[in-house]
Amino acid sequence: MKISVLTDGIFKNNPVMKQVLGLCPTLAVTTSAINGIAMGLATMGVLMGSNVVVSLVKNIIPPKVRIPAFIVIIASFVTVIDLMMNAYLHDLHKLLGLFIPLIVVNCIVLGRAESFASKNNVFYSLLDGIGSGIGFTLTLFVLGSVREIMGNGTLFGIHLFGPHYSPSILMILPPGAFMVLGFLMAINNFVEERKRIKAGDQL
Amino acid sequence: MSLFLLFVSAVLVNNFVLARFLGICPFFGVSKKVETAIGMGLAVTFVMAVAGIITWIIQYAVLDRLGVGYLQTIVFILVIAALVQFVEMVIEKVSPDLYQSLGIFLPLITTNCAILGAAIINIQSGFSFVQMLVFTIGSALGFTLALVLFSGIRERIELSDIPFYFRGLPVAFITAGILALAFMGFSGLVK
Repeated sequence: MKISVLTDGIFKNNPVMKQVLGLCPTLAVTTSAINGIAMGLATMGVLMGSNVVVSLVKNIIPPKVRIPAFIVIIASFVTVIDLMMNAYLHDLHKLLGLFIPLIVVNCIVLGRAESFASKNNVFYSLLDGIGSGIGFTLTLFVLGSVREIMGNGTLFGIHLFGPHYSPSILMILPPGAFMVLGFLMAINNFVEERKRIKAGDQL
Repeated sequence: MSLFLLFVSAVLVNNFVLARFLGICPFFGVSKKVETAIGMGLAVTFVMAVAGIITWIIQYAVLDRLGVGYLQTIVFILVIAALVQFVEMVIEKVSPDLYQSLGIFLPLITTNCAILGAAIINIQSGFSFVQMLVFTIGSALGFTLALVLFSGIRERIELSDIPFYFRGLPVAFITAGILALAFMGFSGLVK
């Protein structure tokens, strides 16, 4: 039992911050914290399903046609999630709109299928799917929170600063998405560098 | 006239990259040099236009008639994957240099959400065939425009003095943010 399989996807190999994958939904749906979480969880559902199935059939699929086969598996799970969200979480489904079917072309899902699930057993693949899913959800949640707090003065719809706060709407608009992610990446670089310097001191 | 507005809206106001966030991966991946950006833009334009036409026909002639609209995602992505494979073979034969410089990002056009996104938007908005054609080509040109502009800026950034922690991707994101801000100036153009 390797717990690192689970935790790698959350911090060390965080899909967005470290591998720079899946940027389209990351930027597009994070206008509020709750949207970020919903998108993250939908992607996590697809990731777990596709990882498990890819791992199950990895020995049957000829290597040459594996990518199209993976895409069909992923597309099937996306269709399932799409229809289920439409039925049970209709409002959220309308809000995320186009980006639910677009989970198919989220590089994170195909990336994990190709680089992990096609080489490991079912249990580890499931763990990897959960780990990467949590990592993705976490990043979307942070980005969504920052944008919601700065752009609307709220978090999960609750007002934080009282009536005199005038929000900077820019953060909710498209340019804000790029800028906030840019700053988050710079902060991430800064933390990494400090860690490395500290580790160097101890050597 | 409304076709012209649709075109302007697709190129500038609702720019695929800077307003709709579609096709972000190649936007950051192949925007280091202007030449590669133009090549990528043209490849995406071609795939997007052909994929738009084929998926539109499939949706109305096959899926709707058989009542299996829920297969949309699966069918569309397969059409796109096959098309990209074809374009890849053509580019490899016609221009090996371009093939080399596009590298991994050529097969990755399959997972470029701009292509699938355009195909799905075409259906969701209920466009007629001509509207679909205008919208798809406009969107693809908008993508190319944003990509080429951004790569020009990035060539300059390479030469300038950037704070250490912002080097590489962070500054690229912030630049893209400013570019998106500039494109927001077009938003009054089409209501």
